Order: sequence, then structure tokens, then C-alpha cells
Amino acid sequence: MKGIGTINLPFRAMLVLSWRNLWRNHRRTMIMLAAISVGVWAMIFMTALMRGMVDDMLRQGIQNLPGHIQIHHPDFRNDPSIVNSIDAPSGDLLNALNDPSTKAWSTRIKVPAIIASERETRGINLLGIEPEAETIISGIGGQIIEGRFLLDRHDKGLVIGAKLAERLETRLGKRVVVISQDPENNIAERGFKVVGIYKAKMPGLEEFNVYAALGTLQTLLKIGNQISEITIVDDDFRDIEVLYQNIKQATPENLEIKAWYELDAYLKYMLNMMDGFVLVWVIIIFLALSFGLVNTLVMAVFERVREIGLIQALGMRPGMIVYQILLESLLLLLIGLGIGNLLAIITVKPLESGLDISIVAEGLAMMGASSMLYPSLTASDMILANTVVIILGILTSILPAWRAAKLDPVQAINST
Amino acid sequence: MSSIRCIQLCKTFRQGDEIITGLDNVDIVIDEGEFVCLSGPSGSGKTTLLNAIGGLDTPDSGEIHMDGIRVDQLAKGPLADMRLHNIGFVFQAYNLIPVLTAQENVEFVMQVQGVAAAERAQKARDILKEVGLIGMEDRKPAQLSGGQQQRVAVARAIVSQPKLVLADEPTANLDTVASSKLMNLFSQLNQNYNITFIIATHDKRVMSYAKRLIKMQDGKIISDEMQTPVSGDEG
Repeated sequence: MKGIGTINLPFRAMLVLSWRNLWRNHRRTMIMLAAISVGVWAMIFMTALMRGMVDDMLRQGIQNLPGHIQIHHPDFRNDPSIVNSIDAPSGDLLNALNDPSTKAWSTRIKVPAIIASERETRGINLLGIEPEAETIISGIGGQIIEGRFLLDRHDKGLVIGAKLAERLETRLGKRVVVISQDPENNIAERGFKVVGIYKAKMPGLEEFNVYAALGTLQTLLKIGNQISEITIVDDDFRDIEVLYQNIKQATPENLEIKAWYELDAYLKYMLNMMDGFVLVWVIIIFLALSFGLVNTLVMAVFERVREIGLIQALGMRPGMIVYQILLESLLLLLIGLGIGNLLAIITVKPLESGLDISIVAEGLAMMGASSMLYPSLTASDMILANTVVIILGILTSILPAWRAAKLDPVQAINST
Repeated sequence: MSSIRCIQLCKTFRQGDEIITGLDNVDIVIDEGEFVCLSGPSGSGKTTLLNAIGGLDTPDSGEIHMDGIRVDQLAKGPLADMRLHNIGFVFQAYNLIPVLTAQENVEFVMQVQGVAAAERAQKARDILKEVGLIGMEDRKPAQLSGGQQQRVAVARAIVSQPKLVLADEPTANLDTVASSKLMNLFSQLNQNYNITFIIATHDKRVMSYAKRLIKMQDGKIISDEMQTPVSGDEG
């Protein structure tokens, strides 16, 4: 007797049969395809919006101080006072910072201080910056709404936030007094002319961060060439590991080097939460889809009971019946995914230049998001959505496929 | 050497509270190349015996041997392989795959067997010519008459030259002319290729083509006689 024990998996035969079976009921297939396509589109589109918003919040959070990587005195994070300053970079570290692989870096002084106008006094975070480098790192130079930004590291002017100006009841061109301490705990104070007022995307920072030139503050605080921190940025805040390792190798052991996600656990948490949210969102949409998918396959099997009995009688193994039904499901999913992905690309790409959401921006600003939303269509999110749909789609198709394979051929052939 | 041997086959069915006897201690030996008709009234056990021999149904007790292999003890997968490579089925209701053309239906079994595309296309065309369906290869079942569909089913059953063809009331839905043509075709295939045919029928004209006529009643064989079949031309 021929053939017992052989396993044949004629993919082409299965593919032809599955494809034609798929289009036996055009209307049902089209409805299911529409559901899968819209579902996949919704997964990717909403993820792109959320990803854009969270990326913006992260970017703002990172720009508005930490940078991507920071180097400072090991005690500075616990006690951000002037006594925990460090020397300006030199030697290997300077070489690593100036390497073309480093997008931008800057040194800063960061000390607590008091600012006083003729009418009000406020506690502030006084930042001594290198204006040119800082503009690349934090973008503060582009946020000036009145006056000008600092010109160089010896500029004698002061840049304050619009909210702080309002609190101090001062304005552009007026003088204010800044008071801090030098390393000997002596009062260091001087008058500054407000040369610029900025508007931050996060209102809280506007009231708190005050910018002066680095050289001017070094002189005021009597710290010579010392600084509070070195801030470094890479092209993409998600992909800083190579740069981080390069800089770390060149950093003297008596200094502390930290990535943004170590410096600000909230931002890291937000990123993780977003990744978790994307997965949950994709699965929720899929669950809604899966009812339709299972129903379609159950109906397809129910309508073809006799035919399934026939192909069993002709010698198709139960495993091949499962294979054929799963292939049918896979074809349906792949077409739906293709259309859904295409729709997502067509609808998200034009919005990447920015979507004005100022109507709800006030609430979002509390979370650090701006009034413009820049949807972010990432390959990883698309791969995640597609993978989830394929894997869960195939898993949910196993039940109807298994039921088809379990049919009794005699009963199936005799069914009406 | 006998090709099929059934020993003490028993099969019962439950229909509501009633137990119906499908096969009652059936013993039968069918040699290679025989042309056998199973006759008897509805419910006599013809189809049940065909299904048991074809491995579509499992007997409650007894043994089925095909070339020395216990068919009744094979698992589903090997049983499917056995059907694929050794048995051709012809059913009363044609049972073609509606989404495939006549040629694709004929090629289907060979595809599952893994026969190369060119070889199976050639074989399918040849067999369709033999059953008188040349020019209709690209028609779907819905575009064919009942007789034509049954001939496609026959072509599918014999294209890979199985050792055994099991036909269950193959002429039940055919007119007299189509029935005669089909039975002549069966006779020729039996003579030309030495294919064993077992046909379940209660059509006397079909029985007249058989070399051996087995009558069944209430799941038992009540007579088993050799006879002189009508010649293929007489149909």
C-alpha cells in the first residue's frame, strides 16, 4: 500500500484553495477586510498621535534641563550648590565631547538664587549658559518673545520667563538684582538688566529658570573656570547608548555621568508607560476585531462542512485542513493589514508637520505637551501592531480551524 | 493475493434512543481487479461497508485488511494518506470543490500527493479526455451538468490510478444515458487498469455490469454470487 506515513504540504494548492474560498462570499470578506483595515488604521493612527504627544513631552522635559546625558560632581544631585562644582572638561573628556559623533554639548552653572525687582522677590534656578551651544541643546534661544537672547558667555544681561516677569512686575529693559552664594558662603549679588523674556512650552519652567551668561556668573560666584554640569545631546533621545558609553569611558572616575532616564525617572516612566499603553491599545482593538474574524471563519467552515468532509475523504490530513483554514485567515489578515497600514501612512504623514491642538493645549501644557501635536509614525509601533494582529489573529483562528479538522468525514459529506 | 479482507465487521449507530445495526458480522474478501456491486435496500449496510473499507468510518469491532495492513487500526493521519494514495471515491452527489475548475478538481488529489505541476496537468487533461470532457477543463462545477460533474468526480477518483475505487450510488442523480456511459467507463477502467471497483447501488442496470454481486440486508451479507457482466457496449 502506497503513501502511509508521508506528509505532503502543497503550499500552492492550499494557497489557491484558500484564496478562492476567501472570495466565495464577497460581501462578508469585504466587510471583514474593512473591519480589519479600519482597526489596524485606528491602532497605528492613535498610536502615532499618542507617540507624538509623549515624544513631545519627553523632548520638552529633556530639553528643559537634563539634556540626554549629564556629567557632574557625584554630590551635585543631592546638593545642587556651588560647592559641588567641577572643572571645565579637558583631556580625554574634551576630545570625546568634541568628537563628530557628539551632536552638541555645553557647560552650565546651575545654582539656587533669589531674584528681586523693585516690587517682588522670588526664588529661582539660576543658569549660567553658553548661549550658542545652549540654543542647540535646549532651544531656549528660539523661545524669546521680547528682547533678545544672550549674545556670548560674557553677556551682562539676564533672560527671564514671561510668567516670572509678571510675578516680579518687571519688564524688558528693567534692572533686577540676583542674589546667590559663592563657595565660601559669602553673598554674591549683582544687578542685571532684563534683556530678554522667553515663553516656555512648560509654564512652570518659565517662572523658575533664569538665564545668564556662563562667564558672567563664574565671575559673580568667584569660581574661576568651574561649572555645575556638562550637558550632552544626541540625535535621538531613544538611542543614546553608543554615545553614552563613549563619553563614559572618557569621563574621569571622580565625576558622575547619567543618562536622561536616570536623571529623571518620571520621563523614563512616561516612556515605558507609553510602550505599555501602545500594546494594551493594540490588543483592545484586536479583541474587538477578533469577534468578527472568528465569526467569519466559523461561518466559512459551517458553510463548507460537506466540502471539508470531501477533502478529508480524498486524503487530506486533519493537520492540512487546519493549515488551509489558517492560511485563509492569514490571507484575510495580510490584506487587511496592508490596507490598514497604507491608510495609516496616508493619514499620518501629512500630519507629521504638526496638528494644531491649541483648543485643548491648556490642559496638555500641565503635562508638558505643546499646543502643536506632531504625530510620530514609528516602524517599531507599526511592527508591533502588525505582529499583534498576525499572532493573535492566527491564534483566534485555531478554534474554527481545529473544529473543521475534527469533523467526521462521513457525517460531513452527508450534511446538507 | 487478496487486496481487501473484512473479518467480523460490526457497526451500530444510535438514532435517538434506537440502536441501528449498520454491519452485523460481515466477512468478505475482495481480490484485486474485481468489479463488485453491493446491492440491497436502503439501510442494508452498503454505504456503511464502503465507508469502513475506505477508512472514512471505523467499525465497532472486526478487522479490515488492505494488502496486509490493518486499516481499522490506523490513526487519522496515516488513514488519510492511505486514502490519498490508494483509494478513489465517487459519491452520489458528485462532491466537487466548487471554487476549482474541472481540471483543478481532477488535479487536486495529485497536488496533495505532491505530483509535479506539468505531470499532473497532463494526466488531468488525458483523463478528462477519456471521460469525454475535453474542452470543459476550465469550467467550474456550477457550469457543468450533473452527468458531466459525475464524470469529473470519476476522473478525479481514477487519475492517480488508485488500487481501489469506491462508488456510492454513482448513478443516482444521472439519467439513463449518463448512467450507461458512466458504467461503461467503469468497466473499461476495470479492464484496462485492473482497478478494483466496489459500487454500492440498488439500481439493477448498474448491478448488471458487475462481475460479482453481493446482496446485503440488515447489515448482513445474504448472498455473494459471481455473474457475467453485460458488455460495455450494451449500455
